[in-house]
Amino acid sequence: MKTIAFISGKGGTGKTSLVGAFAHLAAPVVLADCDVDAANLALLLPGKVVYEEPFFAGELAAINPDRCACCGLCAQACRFDAIRDLGTTFAVDPLACEGCRVCAHVCEFDAVELMPNEAGVVQRIESKCGPLVRAELRPAQSNSGKMVTRVRTLAREQAEAGGYGLVLLDGPPGIGCPVHATLANVDLAVVVTEPTPSGRHDLERALTLLDRFELPGRVIVNKADLSPSMTNRVTQLAVSRGIGVVGRLPFTEAAPWGLAQGRTLLDVEVLRHRLTDIWERLTAAVENQPRSAPSVPLVRDVAGC
Amino acid sequence: MRIAIASGKGGTGKTLVATNLAWMLARDGVETVYVDCDVEAPNGQLFLHPDHLVSERVSQPLAALSTPTCSGCGECQRFCAFNAILALGDKVLVFPELCHACGGCMRVCPEGVLKEIPRETGTVIMGRARQVTFLAGRLDVGEPRAAPVIEAVLAAAPRTGVVVVDAPPGTSCSAVAAVRGADHVVLVTEPTPFGLHDLELAVEMCRSVGARLSAVINRSDLGDAPVRSYLLRENIPIVAEIPFDRTLSTAYAAGELAARQSVPLRRELGRLAEALMAQHAEAA
Repeated sequence: MKTIAFISGKGGTGKTSLVGAFAHLAAPVVLADCDVDAANLALLLPGKVVYEEPFFAGELAAINPDRCACCGLCAQACRFDAIRDLGTTFAVDPLACEGCRVCAHVCEFDAVELMPNEAGVVQRIESKCGPLVRAELRPAQSNSGKMVTRVRTLAREQAEAGGYGLVLLDGPPGIGCPVHATLANVDLAVVVTEPTPSGRHDLERALTLLDRFELPGRVIVNKADLSPSMTNRVTQLAVSRGIGVVGRLPFTEAAPWGLAQGRTLLDVEVLRHRLTDIWERLTAAVENQPRSAPSVPLVRDVAGC
Repeated sequence: MRIAIASGKGGTGKTLVATNLAWMLARDGVETVYVDCDVEAPNGQLFLHPDHLVSERVSQPLAALSTPTCSGCGECQRFCAFNAILALGDKVLVFPELCHACGGCMRVCPEGVLKEIPRETGTVIMGRARQVTFLAGRLDVGEPRAAPVIEAVLAAAPRTGVVVVDAPPGTSCSAVAAVRGADHVVLVTEPTPFGLHDLELAVEMCRSVGARLSAVINRSDLGDAPVRSYLLRENIPIVAEIPFDRTLSTAYAAGELAARQSVPLRRELGRLAEALMAQHAEAA
């Protein structure tokens, strides 16, 4: 079983639209939406929810006002500025609490309780291209890296049980913890970029991350015609890092309109054959990729930040 | 007054709005600070072109053994809520990427042999972009936790004038860190199904931090998702609508402030600036 992750650095470069199109070319395939903050893949590939589980992101502290002696030790000890003095009691700001339990440890009055933090749900959808695992992190929650790891675990189990040969991961923007969780042990990372200074700058950081994790990568330049000169600069950057550009896609007003009406990029005439070409290159790249254990240990495989 | 420019979905135009808004406010004589809190993908510098740059490294405390060996009791490992510590015989192994720097392990160590050492995870950059005071946080590539760098850059920002915060996408910890403490959040969205879905989540996130909300619709003529009716229903004023314009894209691609060239953009962001300044005056 092979896994391809789509990431970008900069947001809005077209990861989800591309994964939605490649899903049709790869079907039947297992899909995992790893952008748990803003999970949009199911908008392109809707289907019936066939499995759902709650996701717990550690614990949250709560102070029992009946027991609180207002000594303030908890607030002093909290490194996250999560405990407020309300006069007659102290209270935990659930948005700032990281569930470290230090407040409970220092409290001499047994006033702090830790509750499991139900941060969202993970679910599996039967989409027309295959099983799609996704999650909904409740807004303002933390631990999205851990949630990505859970999404990937379910996707892998689904692939193994159903004998699927390929898993496609729709990744989050950025280069932080949820992206690390998306990249852990994938066979190929595809960076989707656009020809702008931001796109180039964020591509550079994403490529450095791939290098750090010793992962093979490929680049797709989306909306390439918006700036041919910047497209060339982006291409040169990728090539200088030893990463191949597998294709360029033009910007077309038809894309956002089509997506708004529930169509895929494959329905857009000027994109169809380009997408097919790119998909052929990506499948060739992932098939020729020898599976080697990365020498950099990825602790988020087991934990997640 | 602190204004955060946020979105939910990535690539909706937060940096476009934040950099051009900061430039326009400063041009109108308002004391303006721009703070780039998208520390994973910090791009404001590419458009504001600040000079007189100075930088400061951001570090977080990390647990470490202060003596070569310990008794191996494992209290620290049992206490750590983040699975960041492995007690192996007389050694303690700390995974820096998992450590949240809560200090709990030091508190529970019966021998007091754990200490904290600073570990650098990012940089805060400060400079001037003409009249705009410029600050940006940059997370080191390979570091997972953005929120401490966001908190560091916000702590370094002046408290006076209008502070424009360029927030990261998403609705979880780093987005919360950037919008927390903002008096007003401007949500930049686009009228596509993705834009609407992520806008709904962003609204919920912002309401949980208790900021006033308004919205800017970017590429307002592309797509047809019911973003306007949603905003109307939620009582969130649409203060600007930016139509798609290839000349904007060209200016953006050239690393220029698009409002310098585009009259429509200047007009729309002018409406945003006016609305914000009216609120500022009202609050004062």
